[in-house]
Order: sequence, then structure tokens, then C-alpha cells
Amino acid sequence: MPPRIAVCVKQVPDPDAPASTFKVDESARRVITAPGIPPVVNGFDLHATEAALRIKDAHAGGVEITVLSVGPSFVMEVIKKPLSMGADNLILVEDAALADVDAHATVTVLAAALKKAGPFDLILCGRQASDWDNAYVPLGLAEVLGLPCVTLARKVDLLKESGKVRVERSLTDGYQVVESDSPAVITVSNELGEPRYPTLRGIMAATRKQPSRWKPADIGLNAAALAPLLSLERLFVPERQKEIELIRGEDDADAGRKLALRLREAKLI
Amino acid sequence: MPKVLIAGEVQDGKLAGVSGELVAAALKLTGNPRDVSIALACDDAAGSAENALACGVGSVYVIEHPALKGAGQGGFDAPVTAFVALLNAEKPDVFLMARTDFGYNVAPRVAFRLGVPVAQDCIDLAWDAASNAAVVTRPVYGGNAMAVYRFKEQRPQIVIVRPKTFEPAASNLSPVGEIKRFGVEIPDSHSRARLVESVKEQRAGVRLEEAQVVVAGGRGLGGPEPFKQLQDLASVLGGALGASRAACDAGWIDHSHQIGLTGKSIGPRVYITVGISGASQHMAGCSGAKTIVAINRDPDANIFKEARYGVVGDWQKILPAFIETVREIKRS
Ligand SMILES: Cc1cc2nc3c(=O)[nH]c(=O)nc-3n(C[C@H](O)[C@H](O)[C@H](O)COP(=O)(O)OP(=O)(O)OC[C@H]3O[C@@H](n4cnc5c(N)ncnc54)[C@H](O)[C@@H]3O)c2cc1C
Repeated sequence: MPPRIAVCVKQVPDPDAPASTFKVDESARRVITAPGIPPVVNGFDLHATEAALRIKDAHAGGVEITVLSVGPSFVMEVIKKPLSMGADNLILVEDAALADVDAHATVTVLAAALKKAGPFDLILCGRQASDWDNAYVPLGLAEVLGLPCVTLARKVDLLKESGKVRVERSLTDGYQVVESDSPAVITVSNELGEPRYPTLRGIMAATRKQPSRWKPADIGLNAAALAPLLSLERLFVPERQKEIELIRGEDDADAGRKLALRLREAKLI
Repeated sequence: MPKVLIAGEVQDGKLAGVSGELVAAALKLTGNPRDVSIALACDDAAGSAENALACGVGSVYVIEHPALKGAGQGGFDAPVTAFVALLNAEKPDVFLMARTDFGYNVAPRVAFRLGVPVAQDCIDLAWDAASNAAVVTRPVYGGNAMAVYRFKEQRPQIVIVRPKTFEPAASNLSPVGEIKRFGVEIPDSHSRARLVESVKEQRAGVRLEEAQVVVAGGRGLGGPEPFKQLQDLASVLGGALGASRAACDAGWIDHSHQIGLTGKSIGPRVYITVGISGASQHMAGCSGAKTIVAINRDPDANIFKEARYGVVGDWQKILPAFIETVREIKRS
């Protein structure tokens, strides 16, 4: 049987939306989705998809890539992006009850979905989601599923002979090579390189594919399993009130000179 | 008042500086240093245990095991097991780790194994006596928003603290506490992910994280060449060279220069940015910078909301004159 890879992805508000459009409803403790700006697949999850596709490219015998996502409601053109990049299947666990769940509940749901859709040789995730920046869903998944976890991959290889996973971990000052038993949970970072663009053929193929849609009940979960462990007391946009001194000159070069002199005067250089 | 256990980190046989920051964070939760303990999970705690005692804490737990060498790097299976065993035995109210590579990998897994919550990347914390629980503050949405969370009744309450947020506590006190050895069973087969190779990039000059002056460039530089000018400027100022993620992803400069939420955290006296827009994820890495200086041609760029001094204009014209004048100042 060809290796099976699962990629976990999340639909998030576009982090590149202008800062001025970022607003919070303090009483509901929710981020208000900016009107007219569609959500995106979390950037690092596209890196994880790319890592899966590179493994597929390297395996002549084929690899099956299944993408899973958990959320309250999906925008089809958005969440199908991994399919248009070349993934094979899409499973969506979609329910209004999944709107304000925390990372613990996300782990519970993903773990149950992975069990139902499995077995998998490899589970790939982005290193963190750009909304809550928790970075612990993959580590939690590894614990709940009883698997090893290797984080921050910039390269992932599934070794044909040993069946092990070889990962280059990107660190702030260098890198590590780690070899793990499989199955394993691996988190992928942007150092992997740019995710491929969907081809026209890929987009057409994705349009025809229908995702499998599951409800929490389909994977044996009830509302109690989704209750948050921490209570969110406040959510607010921090004040940024810095007095800025703009340095002006006769032209740009003069402004550059004056900036240096001003920094000298302020004893900063 | 809560009992707080800190996961200490060992670097070159000594207690790492970040552990002193965790002691400071612990003292915000409990006024009494005797309620604070430090756990060291490593293969040899000879020097670090004394360092930990000199932080004035009540106890230092030493968990020594060959599998904990290099903090169990690779899959971090061994330290997760070690801390879970210690937490089950000692039952502290709060368990603190730093958001280093070690804490980032270990703390969430400890939390999930114990079935308790964890709060990531906290920049403030307090103990609420009324609810007998920790209340923590953390940036979310890349720093665009702040969230305040309250723990419930679970124990331990696991908090991951952002490095360079707390001034390290004093580390030269006369010891009042004691060293306690804690034994764990970690079979050889336990680690399912093994470290094969570790490559540390050696770079000449000042380390970015410790530099007093940092000069950084972003997408606005347009290519790899201008980074040479920035490197010159950094050298003249005795500082280090940084970059935004956009510049690193473009391949203009190595990712080891990346500053931000998913890069390095810096805390210089002066941080000079050129062609960086100041996205919140970038600013998350330089909240420790005392003075930010920005060169950017867009007057509405967010960086001007964060900077103390700024020039609105084209760096290609501003930078040469700026560097030239800085050189003159340095010569005189
Ligand atoms: C989860 C997550 C984590 C992230 N982590 C990080 C991180 O750790 N670090 C990080 O940096 N980013 C991070 N980012 C990315 C971040 O959101 C921004 O996309 C990135 O910082 C933008 O880099 P930049 O400022 O160089 O580019 P841009 O935002 O494109 O800004 C370029 C600036 O250059 C100016 N400019 C252009 N030409 C000139 C000229 N000739 N003269 C003067 N100015 C000029 C422009 O006005 C503009 O303001 C992260 C994003 C996410 C979603």
C-alpha cells in the first residue's frame, strides 16, 4: 500500500490584511472578520502541504495525501487550496459548535478525525496558526495519538528502506537532523521554501472533488468534549502611543545626515 | 500563595539566563521565594544546580539521566516523561517554562499528557487569590490583539513565558534551599525520535539577541545587495544585522537573521529598520528594543507608530548619507 500522509490545515483571517482593518469585539471577546477580506489557509499549513507534495514527488510508487480541517464554517474556494496544489482528499469537520473552541478541543476533534480516516504514516501540520499563535495543536495531537513529534521542519523525507522519517529542524542558530519512527507528527516552518502555486489543471481537479463532511457526532464527540480549559477574560487591541520625531531635510540625503546627527545628540550612537 | 515549579534550562553546564527570567516571573505569582523551586532535567547538573540555588529558591530538583543529554533534543520524549513524573510527585500549583526551543516543545506535551491547560507565550502573569488561579496576558493574532486568560481549578497550571519579558532575578544570593535528587526511569527505547546531527551556525561578531545596536532590512530593500550596506552600518556601530521574514523568505539573507514572532527576539538600545513595514509579527520580536529608528518611504507604515525617530523617504538616497555621517561621528 502506498504511504498515506495527513495534513492538518486551518482556515484563518488573512494576516496580511491591513492593520487598520483589524478589530475586536471586546464584549464578545472575538476578532471581527474584516468585511471584504476573504480568509486564507494558514500560511504554515500550506508549507506543510508543500512538504507532503514533495514527498509524493519523490515516491515513484505514489503517496496519498489527505487534508483535514476543523472549523465552524468553511469558504470552499479557500479551504480547497491544498487540493488544487495536488492533495488527494479533503475531510472537513464543520459545525457551529466549533466556533470558539480552544486548542485542546481542536486536538480532540482532529485526533478523532485522524483515527477515523487513518491509519497514516505521517501527520504534517504548520508550525503554528496565525490567529491564536498557540503552536500546540500538533504537540497535543502527538500526545493524544501516542506518537513522536518533531517540530519546525525545513525538510521532511520518508525513508523508503527503514520507513523512518528524517527531518531537518530549522533553529534560530542552525539546524538539527532528527530521525523519527513513523507514524509521527511533524510541524513545518517557512524555511521549507515557498509552497507551489496551484496549476490550472490542479484548480480544475479541485473543483470537481467533493470534501467529506463530518460532524463532531460522526467521530464520537459531544459538546462536553469541546469546552475550553481556560477562560478568555478579555480580548483587546493594545494601545500604541509612541511619540515619533520625524526628521526632515532639504532632500532625502540631507534627512539621512540629520538623522545621524540627531541620534548622536540623543547619545544613541 | 501558590507553589511554583520552574523548568530550568542548562547551557554549557550553567543555568541559562532565561531561567533567571522565569524566577522573576515566579516571584510575581508568589512573594515568597521559598515557594519557588527549579527542576533541572539533564545528564549532568553539577554546576547548574548551584546556580539555581543561588537564585534564592526553596528547592532545586535534579533529574539526571543520560537520555536527558542536550535536553533530550530530537523528539524531546525524555524530558516530557521526566517533568510529568516530577509534577505528579510534587504537585505544584504552577509550572513555568520559557518559550525557547525546549519549552516550546516540552510544555504543551506535558500539559496534554496531564490533561491540563497551558497558556502559550505569556508576557504577564498574576495570582488571583480570590479564584486561587493564575491570570495571564499574551499577545495573539501576531500581536494585533492581547488576550487575558484565567485558569480554572486544574493543577498544575502550565504557563509558557516569552523570553526577554522579565528582568532576570538576582542569581548571586546565598543559598537557602536544598538540592533534591529525583529519579526517573527512562528506558533506551523511550525516545522515538533521535537527534542525528546538530549544526550550529557560527557567526563572527555580536550575537543578534545580545546586540546593543541592531540594523535590519526588509522587503523594501529589493534584493540581497543592500544588506551589505546594512552590515557595514552595523559593524561601524558595533551591532548586529537583522531582517524581516519577507527578506529572509525571498532568499536575500539567511533565516538566522530573522527578527520576530517566529524568528529571534532582540532587546537592543537602538534598533534601526530600513524598508520594514512593521507588521505586528515583526514587532513581536523587538518589544525589548529601547529606541526604534525607521527609514521607510510610506508615511502610513505601521513602523512609524512604533518608532521614536523616523525618516519618510527612499532608503537608496537616505542610507548612504546616513552611513557616511555615522562614520564621521565615529571618527571624531
Ligand atoms: C504567523 C506569522 C508569523 C510571522 N513571523 C514573522 C517574523 O518572525 N518576523 C517577520 O519579520 N515577519 C513575520 N511574519 C510576516 C509579517 O506578517 C510581514 O509579512 C513581514 O514582516 C513583512 O516584512 P517587510 O516589512 O520586510 O515587508 P513589507 O511589509 O512588504 O514592507 C516593506 C516596506 O518597505 C518600504 N519600502 C519599499 N521600498 C522602499 C524604499 N525604496 N525606501 C524606503 N522604504 C521602502 C515599504 O513602504 C514597506 O513599508 C509572520 C507572519 C505570520 C502570519
